[in-house]
This record gives sequence, structure tokens and C-alpha cells, in this order.
Amino acid sequence: MKLFRDTWLVFGRQMALMLRNPVWLIVGVMQPLYFLLLFGPLLKPVLGPGNAYKIFVPGLLVQLAMLGTMFVGFALIAELRAGVIERMRVTPISRLALLLGRSGRDVVMLLTQAALLTAVALPFGLTVKLTDLLLAFALLALIALLLSAMSYATALKLRSEDALAPLLQSVSMPVLLLSGIFLPLTFAPAWLQSLAKWNPFSWAVDASRALFAGHPGDPHVWKALLILGCLAVAAAAWAARSFARSVR
Amino acid sequence: MIETRGLRKSFRSRKRSVEAVRGVDLAVDAGEVFGFLGPNGAGKTTTLRMLATLMTPDGGEATVAGVDLRKSPGEVRRRIGYVAQGGGTWDEVTAREELIHQARLYGCNPATARERAAAAIQAFQLDGFADRRCGTYSGGQRRRVDVALGVIHQPKLVFLDEPTTGLDPQSRAHMWDEIGRLRDEGMTVFITTHYLEEADALCDRVAIIDHGEIVAQGTPTELKREIAGDVVTLGIDGSAPQALALLEGEEYVHTVEKTDAGLRLYVDVGATALPQMLRTLDGAGVLLSSIELHRPSLDDVFLAKTGRSLRDTPTDGGDR
Repeated sequence: MKLFRDTWLVFGRQMALMLRNPVWLIVGVMQPLYFLLLFGPLLKPVLGPGNAYKIFVPGLLVQLAMLGTMFVGFALIAELRAGVIERMRVTPISRLALLLGRSGRDVVMLLTQAALLTAVALPFGLTVKLTDLLLAFALLALIALLLSAMSYATALKLRSEDALAPLLQSVSMPVLLLSGIFLPLTFAPAWLQSLAKWNPFSWAVDASRALFAGHPGDPHVWKALLILGCLAVAAAAWAARSFARSVR
Repeated sequence: MIETRGLRKSFRSRKRSVEAVRGVDLAVDAGEVFGFLGPNGAGKTTTLRMLATLMTPDGGEATVAGVDLRKSPGEVRRRIGYVAQGGGTWDEVTAREELIHQARLYGCNPATARERAAAAIQAFQLDGFADRRCGTYSGGQRRRVDVALGVIHQPKLVFLDEPTTGLDPQSRAHMWDEIGRLRDEGMTVFITTHYLEEADALCDRVAIIDHGEIVAQGTPTELKREIAGDVVTLGIDGSAPQALALLEGEEYVHTVEKTDAGLRLYVDVGATALPQMLRTLDGAGVLLSSIELHRPSLDDVFLAKTGRSLRDTPTDGGDR
């Protein structure tokens, strides 16, 4: 009960801070919007007019979830530097809440952006059942929770933008490319496909595509939800431990 | 209010292990302002952070606000306030918002939190700027908000790490008033400071830490009394070594030290020692540029206990 209250408290503050400067919400969604508007049309001849957006938009949403939440650690470093985190760590607030409140903000922000992107894609001929869409959004929420928790835990360990930036850059690109976000990996050579099998986000993209294609029963869907659910819980536990452990 | 026995903490940097705090014994009574003094790197902040639950001690025992520090840090957190050296406000929010949120972190419901914040704004005279963003405050204003945040839950004990460092004289005087007020309200205040005159004026008792160990503990008056007699400071041009040799052997001189501009001597009674001293120096033809006779200050205590003056030690990067 206390955990819920504390999480709500941290979440409320983070949401209020974000709404004070909502421009970041728009900035985050700009890049996938450009992809949708300026790159999507190129895929039409390749994938067929009816299929293009059904294949492309689910991938874009996963990309948005990944890029939108991977870099949240930077904000935490700024808070660490201002002493805000230390001030809160001396209060009786739950350490897990310090993480969950922040990650909750990240999830809400991402889902807002995802809804925006989906809404823009609809006039291009994207059709999806509401229940399938909601399931896809649940998957996105898990990705956001996983990556924001990992980003926070890494930020707590490194404590410097100069160390965090190159690390995230070098990790994000291969993970992104190996998830088949732009084109399905069915076009890929066998070695690339087997490599991608080890990438949880590749599962997420496949599941997301299955949902947008109207196949919620596809085994990719429950497998992706299970894999990302487990990873998200593990990442949250790790990050919460980092928040609790005393450092310097 | 605080009692520690053999509190220890070491850090690993590269392969070396550095003992930052090696066996600190402290006793702080309820209702006093306790000053924790020491040069940079002596273990002040490390000790403070251990007592405030931000760091786990490697060894030793501590009771803070009536609770065992190692067994129940959560309960200690409920009972203490802590204000870090660098503060902890966020530029984008107002002092009122921070105060309300802080009260909520300590478990207040929204209505109580708003009342507490309003009361704190009045008590710490933040009215003029409490509804402006923290990013716009002056150093002194920000520091007052920091302290107000640290005591929003009305703890019995509050830790203030260098509360006046970097403040202009007026803001510093203001901060002294606030600390005095907290004590008058019955709070125990544990402060670290660089300024010995501040410790002298403000603290009921002080402890001096050096190289991770307590080298002196008591009221400022007691500590000064330990340094018997008076202090004579002589300004000497050029022939200081000669003067040192002349005065070292004199029976009325307890100790004599070389300073930048001359000598500092500890004597029993300044009024009788001074004429003798002048005769000796005059006879040897040593010319003086200045003479000063004063009662020992905490600076002298510090010098006697640690072998160096606090003023000489360079300030670290944590200072603003």
C-alpha cells in the first residue's frame, strides 16, 4: 500500500514536471513521424499498398518505444547532480517507488506518443482492431518499462553523461537493426535471422506485426509478452536495488 | 541524541583502500547545536552521510535519534532531517512545490502538507520568492529553502552539511539566526563547518576530526582552556629563525610556531611574558613589524590538535 502511494507521489511529480515542458513529448515523436511520412511511401511498391503500413507502423512503434525510453537516464543524472535524489533517499520513501514513479512517467509518455503516431497513420490506410491495438500497446509498455529501468540503473552506476552517451549509442544501434524494425527479417540471410532470435526486441516486432495483421493468437504474441515481461521485472528489480544501495 | 562507537568506513579507489573514517566516537546531547570541524578530506562528510543513512558503516555502532543505525535505518530516516552541502532543489519547481512534495514524502496527506509548507515559508521568511522557480534564487535564498526542506517533518535531529559555505556575510548571519531558532524550538542541530568563528559563536559543543579520527571534543570554552594562557603573534621581517631560536628556550614560552609572517607563541600570562619577550628580541636586534596578544581561539585549538590551520587548507570542489 505504501509502495503504491509512494510510487504515485513520485509519478505525480514527474508528470507535473513533464507537462510543464511538453515540447519533449512532441520532439520524441517527430523522428518516427518523419519515417512514417517520408520513408513509408517508399515501402508501398515493395510490400504492396495494403500491407506496407501494416508491416511498417508496428515496427515504427517498437522503435519509438526503444529510442524514447532508452535515454531517460540522462534526466536522472541531472537530478543526481542537483542533489534531488539524495534528498529523497534520506526520506522514508520506498526505494522501489523512486524507480517505478519515474518509469511510470516514461510509460505514459510513450503510450501518448504511440497513440499519436497510430492516429496519424490511420489516414494512410492502416486498419487495426482495437483489442489487438491495446495488446500491442501493452507490449510497448513492457518495452518502455524494461528500457527505462535499465537506463536508470546504468545512469546510477555511471553517474556521468559522458560515459552514458557512448554506451547507449553503441548498444542501441545493433539492437535496433537486429529487430527488423524497417523490413521484416524474412528478407535476411540465415545467420542474421538466427542472431536476431536472441534479440528480445525482434520478438516484440514480430508480435507487434502479428497483432496489426489481426492475428492475436500467433505464438509470437504470447512469447513476446512473456519474454519482455520477465525482462522488465528483472530490470526493475536491478534498478530498484541500485536506488536502494548507498553510493558515495 | 547521537552516540557512536568505533564508526569506520573505507573506500576502494583503484587497488588501494583508503580509510576515510577510522573509529569515530561521538556523543551529541539532545537540544544542542553540535559542530563537527575538520579540514577537507578529514572524514567529516563521510561520517555525516553514515549517520544520515546514506552510507553503510564498515564497522562500529551508532544510535541516532534513539534508534540503532545499522538495524533500522528506515526508522532513523523518519526521525532525522538532512541537508546536503550542495542542497537538493530542482530548478524548474517553486519552493512551495518542493516543500509540499517533501512533506508528502514524509507521509503527510495533501492538506497537512500544504499547511506545513505555508508554515515553513513563514518561519524561514521565504514569502518573497516561494512561488518563483528555484532556479531564480540567490545562494542565500536557496540555502534557506534547503534547510526548510530538511526540517519540514519537524524532526528531533537535523544534520546540516556546511550550511553557510559560500554565503555572503548577510546571508550567513541570517542562517545563524535560523539555526538558533531551530535549537530554541528544541531541535538538535548537527552542523559541519569550515568557519571556526562560526562554530565558536553558534555551537554548544564541537568535535574536531582529523585523518578520520576525533582529536578533540567539548565545549568551545573547554577546548580553548586546554590551550593554557594567551597567544602572542609576532610579525617579524627577515630574522624569524633567529627570533625562534632566541625564544624557544625561554621558560615562559609553552610552544612557539613559525607562521607566514613571523611567530606564534603560546604563553601563560601575556601581560608578563610580553615585556620579557621584547627585551630579549630588542637585545638581539630583532625588528618587529607587529605585535598581537589575544586569548586562544578555536583556530588555535585546531592548530594545536591537528598541526595546521584550517584557514591554510585548500577548499575542495564541493564548495560553492
